[in-house]
Amino acid sequence: MEVILFLQDNWREMLQLTWEHLQLVGLAVGVAILTGVPFGIYIAQRESLANLVMAVAGIIMTIPSIALFGIMIPILSLIGQGIGFLPAFLALVLYSQLPIIRNTYIAIKNVNPEMRDAAIGMGMTAWERLTKVEIPLALPVIMAGVRTAVVLTIGIGAIAAYIGAGGLGEYIARGISTSYTTMVQAGALAVSILALAIDFLLGRIQKRLSSQTAKTS
Amino acid sequence: MIRFQQVTKIYESANKTVKAVNNITFQVEEGQICVFLGPSGCGKTTLLRMVNRLIPITSGTIEVNGKEIHSLDPIALRRSIGYVIQQTGLFPNMTIEENICVVPNLLGWDRVKMKKRYNELMEMMGLNPDEYRKRYPWELSGGQQQRIGVARALAADPPVMLMDEPFGALDPIIRERIQNEFLRIQKDVKKTILFVSHDLDEAIKLGDTIALFRSGELMQHGTPDEILSQPKNEFVAEFVGSERALKRLSLFTMRDLVSRLNPADRKSAGKRDLRHTVHMDTNLRTALSVLLSSPTGEAAVVDDNGQISGVVSIADFERLTGIHPSERTSAVQ
Ligand SMILES: Nc1ncnc2c1ncn2[C@@H]1O[C@H](COP(=O)(O)OP(=O)(O)OP(=O)(O)O)[C@@H](O)[C@H]1O
Ligand SMILES: [Mg+2]
Repeated sequence: MEVILFLQDNWREMLQLTWEHLQLVGLAVGVAILTGVPFGIYIAQRESLANLVMAVAGIIMTIPSIALFGIMIPILSLIGQGIGFLPAFLALVLYSQLPIIRNTYIAIKNVNPEMRDAAIGMGMTAWERLTKVEIPLALPVIMAGVRTAVVLTIGIGAIAAYIGAGGLGEYIARGISTSYTTMVQAGALAVSILALAIDFLLGRIQKRLSSQTAKTS
Repeated sequence: MIRFQQVTKIYESANKTVKAVNNITFQVEEGQICVFLGPSGCGKTTLLRMVNRLIPITSGTIEVNGKEIHSLDPIALRRSIGYVIQQTGLFPNMTIEENICVVPNLLGWDRVKMKKRYNELMEMMGLNPDEYRKRYPWELSGGQQQRIGVARALAADPPVMLMDEPFGALDPIIRERIQNEFLRIQKDVKKTILFVSHDLDEAIKLGDTIALFRSGELMQHGTPDEILSQPKNEFVAEFVGSERALKRLSLFTMRDLVSRLNPADRKSAGKRDLRHTVHMDTNLRTALSVLLSSPTGEAAVVDDNGQISGVVSIADFERLTGIHPSERTSAVQ
């Protein structure tokens, strides 16, 4: 009940924080897509490299986020960016890599070999095969990876407030330090709703993509 | 023309080597269908896929229309050869039109030309171009998909086509219909076609020649009639089986037989009770079953206009023993 009152009083600030949050997550996942997808495609052609990359990405995932922020602060302090947007952004990019790289790798790997065979047999170059056949067929699974990454980073992004990156984590951090429970609840609620809403939206997009390639395998 | 010379393929894996194709030499003339036939694992697919360099050759040479395939760029080679594989060969992320236009698109044709070609091919396949243009492969039946597969291979009008059991997954009735359509189309387009099959009846029906393989070796290459009537060795004889005399009948039509009937028999047609009739273009195997079901052992032969042009009896079939395939008066459907 108090939460609702809190929201009524603070909705402007809330929207502002949500927007910050989305910017952080959107940018981080955007960069992770631009790097992770090509990388996933690349390692799909190199089996030995793939295992190594998966292992490294897996290790990054096991580092607790607060610790990762902690690691970044001294490193980025060297260029005067110890706290704020940049370390949070970099940490989120790292976290989004694993689901995106892994899903891309698996999706490309699992493209029906007969499709690949047909593409080669019709005289496609490696690039044509990738862009005309393999990536379109892999898209639903890649999209699932993106979805996981987004939900993951929305959650982790809440902790970024501790290093001054803003976003909905502000309420949680501020609420805890001032023992203002309602503020903490409001922040947590907003983060969950944001995650659910974005997940739902991306789910729809993913579904649309996979309906086009429904009978692939 | 496609010429194989001492073609050998050895697969080497960690613990063993397989000689999948062993020193094969023969050639397929321009505009002809050669069916690769033989038991599973005898090397048909391997030999076929060496032609468009999907599988590297171990030794020997393959010439396509006078050019050794290794002197050509593999991408260009493949674009100049139509390739049809079983059902799943259509790209599910592309519409029917996009699927058919894959190779023209790779070759950089302009939009108008591609669209025209698409319409043309769909008409040829007996499918409505506009109805299917924007649909996806999984929205089509198996038989329709297979026709699209053939159309796609024909799109850039390649002189040579490779087909690996293209009709294998279809049920017998659809299969027969597609085979007939395929022969009708081939009459117009006159491609040089290598066609893998494991079905003797299909090979007899479609092949101008049949190449019969056993564990990587070519057992016999000849016309269906030669394979059936003069098997070169025990294996061929056994493969074509005890029914080969009957199968051979399906190579001829009533037209072939009637052309040899007595003029006297033709005149007498009117006087008989003729509830049993066969059409000129019926193959003799089917005709025989009609004759056998006729109580008198006779049937009237009718032409396209329904005119009776003669009467045949079972005894007339004996004349067939004298017919040589080169004297066939008609192509068998
Ligand atoms: N990539 C490969 N590595 C090793 N051996 C192979 C490979 N491909 C095929 N073979 C072997 O080569 C032989 C010929 O195979 P191929 O696929 O050409 O047979 P096929 O006549 O097409 O058989 P089917 O009628 O079953 O399709 C088989 O013994 C097969 O096991
Ligand atoms: Mg095969």
